Amino acid sequence: MGKRVGLEVTVAVAEAVALCRIDMAGVYPITPQSHIAEHLSSLVADGTLEAEFVTVESEHSAMSAVIGASATGARAYTATASQGLLLMNELLPIASAMRLPICMAIANRAVSGPLNILNDHSDIMPQRDTGWISLFVENSQEAVDLSIQAFKIAEHKDVMLPVNVNIDGFQLTHMVEPVELPTQEEVDEFLPPLTPHATLHPAKPVTMGAFSMSDYFTEIMKAKDEVIKNSKKIVLEVWDEWGKKFGRHYKPVESYRADDADILMLTMGSMGETAKIAIDELRQKGVKAGLLKLRLWRPFPFEEIREALKNAKTLIVTDRAVSFGGPGGPVFSEIKSALFAGKHHPAIYNYIIGLGGRDVAVRDFVGMFEKILSDKDQKAKDTYEFWGVRE
Amino acid sequence: MALKSWKELPIGCVVSEPGSASEYHTGSWRSQRPIWDNAKCIKCGICYVFCPEGCVQQTEDGFFQANMDYCKGCGICAHECWPRAIKMVEEG
Repeated sequence: MGKRVGLEVTVAVAEAVALCRIDMAGVYPITPQSHIAEHLSSLVADGTLEAEFVTVESEHSAMSAVIGASATGARAYTATASQGLLLMNELLPIASAMRLPICMAIANRAVSGPLNILNDHSDIMPQRDTGWISLFVENSQEAVDLSIQAFKIAEHKDVMLPVNVNIDGFQLTHMVEPVELPTQEEVDEFLPPLTPHATLHPAKPVTMGAFSMSDYFTEIMKAKDEVIKNSKKIVLEVWDEWGKKFGRHYKPVESYRADDADILMLTMGSMGETAKIAIDELRQKGVKAGLLKLRLWRPFPFEEIREALKNAKTLIVTDRAVSFGGPGGPVFSEIKSALFAGKHHPAIYNYIIGLGGRDVAVRDFVGMFEKILSDKDQKAKDTYEFWGVRE
Repeated sequence: MALKSWKELPIGCVVSEPGSASEYHTGSWRSQRPIWDNAKCIKCGICYVFCPEGCVQQTEDGFFQANMDYCKGCGICAHECWPRAIKMVEEG
């Protein structure tokens, strides 16, 4: 068993990635991700990590560099946030189409404008349809665990897809928390060396990322959709293996006091920690409240969501991003889509919370529950509201 | 060549056969074709130099012609040919 240490989350993530024996990192610093880049760079510089650290001139170059490295068969890693992720956007569907098992941390941060460096999910949400497996973490231990699991999922022969691990900027990245880092031996045992599906090598020439006209494009998109949908099975297998090995268990949709709950709330990322405290307070007041936490964003866990909501009468979905002029927050519309085809339809409400780093305290979560409970004739059902907005 | 189903595609659509792009006859995209008038041609080779497809070849008698499997009919050869020996004509 690894040692339990107090580390800043970004440093813990960089340590976890180093334990994965990456061959290459191409990272451009951007707040609040920079400490991952800095610490990885230090580990390479002091010889602790035998890897190539490529100091690129932008995030576009960072993603291009990791795509190139991954194509040669290297275990490649990058990390970014906000504008950096948006600058990578052009390359994200290329990485997944080329089936390159790149792993990336996203220190989630609001996108401009106005310029804001603090946390929300407006950077990852526009990347939803780029063909990357997308995971969310709640605390430091999860950030470490999922950073390691990401490689195992990405590199599975039936997956071979890039994976991003979403870590709330500042709220989580800059916290110092106790965390158990696995030992090198444990990680080596869990994560075998990468076996690439193809490599760029002069002795065996191949073409990667070739051109396709309309005669094949549809088939290529269909194949990509099938592989990411089927990757859920591998994600579950990896989490099962992790649970057995390390005693920490992960699920696509996690729940807290949800079994007998009449009213459920759904969160993603670090705010689940605060919402849990609100659930405890509400339970003390006699409200049968419960919490669901969505960990697996892509592939979307339709069955698990339906199962988790099968008895719920009311659901409050929280979103950390806005779909301007759309049907509500992106998580809200996804959950509604998941339930539409089924028979059980709880009353669903949507709060858009914590934009650009705005604090969402326990009293806010309690307030959301109380507001919905007082909506006796369900006037606010199926609508969305910016929680705490000044009128 | 029968088109493959989505299930038959190689992972990441990696092309493992070097030079297989030559099997793709991009000349099918062409709507105009270059016609050389050898009476005007001075064998300078500017059409050969400028062809972005590299499909203009010199024949044994020193004149030039395009490989119609790959000529996309862009007309750059006709544009560059200063003795105006190349004319672009519509494909039937």
